[in-house]
Amino acid sequence: MRAVSWHGKEDIRVETFPDPQIVNPRDAIVKVSITAICGSDLHLYTGRIPTMHAGDILGHEFMGEVVAVGHEVSNLQIGDRVVVPFTIACGGCYFCKHDLWSLCDNSNPNAWMVEKLYGHSPSGLFGYSHMLGGYAGGQAEYVRVPFADVGPITVPEGLSDEQVLFLSDIFPTGFMAAENCQIREGDTVAVWGCGPVGLFAIWSAYKLGAGQVIAIDRFPERLKLAREYCKAKTLNYEEVDVFTMLQELTGGRGPDSCIDAVGSEAHGTTLDAWYDLAAEKLLLETDRGHVLRQVIHSCRKGGTVSIPGVYGGFLDKVPIGAAFGKGLQLRMGQTHVHRYLPRLLEYIREGELDPSFLITHRSSLEQAADMYRIFEQKQDECIKVVLQT
Amino acid sequence: MKTGLMNSTCSSSQSAKQCPLSQNVANSERVLSLLGGGSLLLMGLRRGSGAGLLGVAAGASLLYRGWTGHCHLYEGLGINTAESQRTRPGVASHQGSKVHSALHINRDRQEIYEFWRNLENLPQIMQHLESVTVIDEKRSEWVARAPFGKTLQWEAEIITDKPGEVIAWQSLPGSQVDTAGSVHFKDSSTGAGTELVVSIMYNPPGGQIVTQIAHLLGQDLQTELNQDLREFKQLLEAGEIATNAIAPEPGQIQKPVMFDLKVDKS
Ligand SMILES: [Zn+2]
Ligand SMILES: [Zn+2]
Repeated sequence: MRAVSWHGKEDIRVETFPDPQIVNPRDAIVKVSITAICGSDLHLYTGRIPTMHAGDILGHEFMGEVVAVGHEVSNLQIGDRVVVPFTIACGGCYFCKHDLWSLCDNSNPNAWMVEKLYGHSPSGLFGYSHMLGGYAGGQAEYVRVPFADVGPITVPEGLSDEQVLFLSDIFPTGFMAAENCQIREGDTVAVWGCGPVGLFAIWSAYKLGAGQVIAIDRFPERLKLAREYCKAKTLNYEEVDVFTMLQELTGGRGPDSCIDAVGSEAHGTTLDAWYDLAAEKLLLETDRGHVLRQVIHSCRKGGTVSIPGVYGGFLDKVPIGAAFGKGLQLRMGQTHVHRYLPRLLEYIREGELDPSFLITHRSSLEQAADMYRIFEQKQDECIKVVLQT
Repeated sequence: MKTGLMNSTCSSSQSAKQCPLSQNVANSERVLSLLGGGSLLLMGLRRGSGAGLLGVAAGASLLYRGWTGHCHLYEGLGINTAESQRTRPGVASHQGSKVHSALHINRDRQEIYEFWRNLENLPQIMQHLESVTVIDEKRSEWVARAPFGKTLQWEAEIITDKPGEVIAWQSLPGSQVDTAGSVHFKDSSTGAGTELVVSIMYNPPGGQIVTQIAHLLGQDLQTELNQDLREFKQLLEAGEIATNAIAPEPGQIQKPVMFDLKVDKS
């Protein structure tokens, strides 16, 4: 099969790999129809996530047709069209049973690596480094999907692939970011970052009862989508002082909740470098924290800060004093995709949202290297890239 | 126990600190230290790399304790193997290498207990065990894989067995290795499943310092126990061991597991 593989910093290739096969009884093999490049894939592209090996297959947002199932998978039929959650979860452990799917105990074969760093390991992910499982990713013609009896959701007739693809990650991720805000009717929610996750967070915040949503970015095309499609008030942080404007829009209180949908770019390329930081507690910064600092500064007293953006390593100068002094709640974490799938699919079916609105680039898998470059450099007003196999 | 290679001038009741060159290394161990230390030193000097230098350091320290019967590492750890020459079964609490792991398994306490109570099941989940053969209600014969491709054998007996709560075992006097282990089971405070605490102690021939070297070579018992228990948990909770392989390994031997592995997916 053909697949997109990582070979180092800004070195993406499309190569031929052996087709994956059923290994465990709860596996399925999915023949990918379309797959997307995620903002978090750019952290891999720029070589900032440790434990990547040359030849690793990338991609965690994908969907397609079931072409094989293990003998324990009874809910899927050959030929079913499915979207696959990017988080891999077993369905049987304490965390899965408590609807905390991205914290599954049993899906990361390399859990020991993360345990050294974090104390415990979150779930495995498709195509996202060896410390998070080392699973071959979805920017490929075929993918082996473990625990296929609890993950993939079958897509009903009448919906296009592009309408449902983002159930794999960014739509649930934006939705959970808004849900973490614990919005009450009429609340003001501010969203930093109008990339795909930010845009879905804006839509979801209104869905969950927000009275006004204020979106912050610097790219005009992203602010335009936030304004015109998602009905947010928009602030260009290169043109206005964000803190001042947010206070003006909220009678000096500050937004009731704030979403950091920018996240980090991790520095330090080896796991050892991260371990050293953990061991020696050196206050070097591996995650870019200025957005989070501004979020905490701007949020109203007693408000909620929600962090869907990916933070991986260490963050210096987090104003914990401000967060404490203002009685803020910080809520964060990887998305529990499985939890949201039925509800979000229903929104799409009822026509409340067509998630394909943010696709700006469509290309073939063979063009992946070019598309990574265009996306990383934000050329050509690129917001979301979808690759066809 | 004062028939050392060098005469010990301190009584065993005196602490090593009061008598810095006292013998705190048992005789059999001193011979092993001499042999192992010499070869590590040679290997290390030949390689000259970072790992080689570690070998030099470890080798030199083994030679030293082989000659003098004194080990700084033991002193630091508060261990004195010269005092107990397998006169009592098991491993004293302050000796050997102790590994410890606690985990939650979302399965019924009684069924997990029953799996462990049949000690012959243990090699299925513990990589370092080659076999366990039950002799009678209490006694069993164990074979373990040791560092450097060797095997170790010992006879053990069950010393505590409270059904559904705790199983403890230890090696009998005269065994090739001093070892003891226990597993405690209790209902999880989360309201479902079982909390396990597994402890295993080894005092392998060659003692603590060989364990340290095995550790340098990547044969870390603690890491191995953690991984073993993780896979045990995966089998019971998920019905399979998570893998990122894209094809079955050629000639892959599926671990035979005597458990009823019906996964509760409700
Ligand atoms: Zn993603
Ligand atoms: Zn799980």
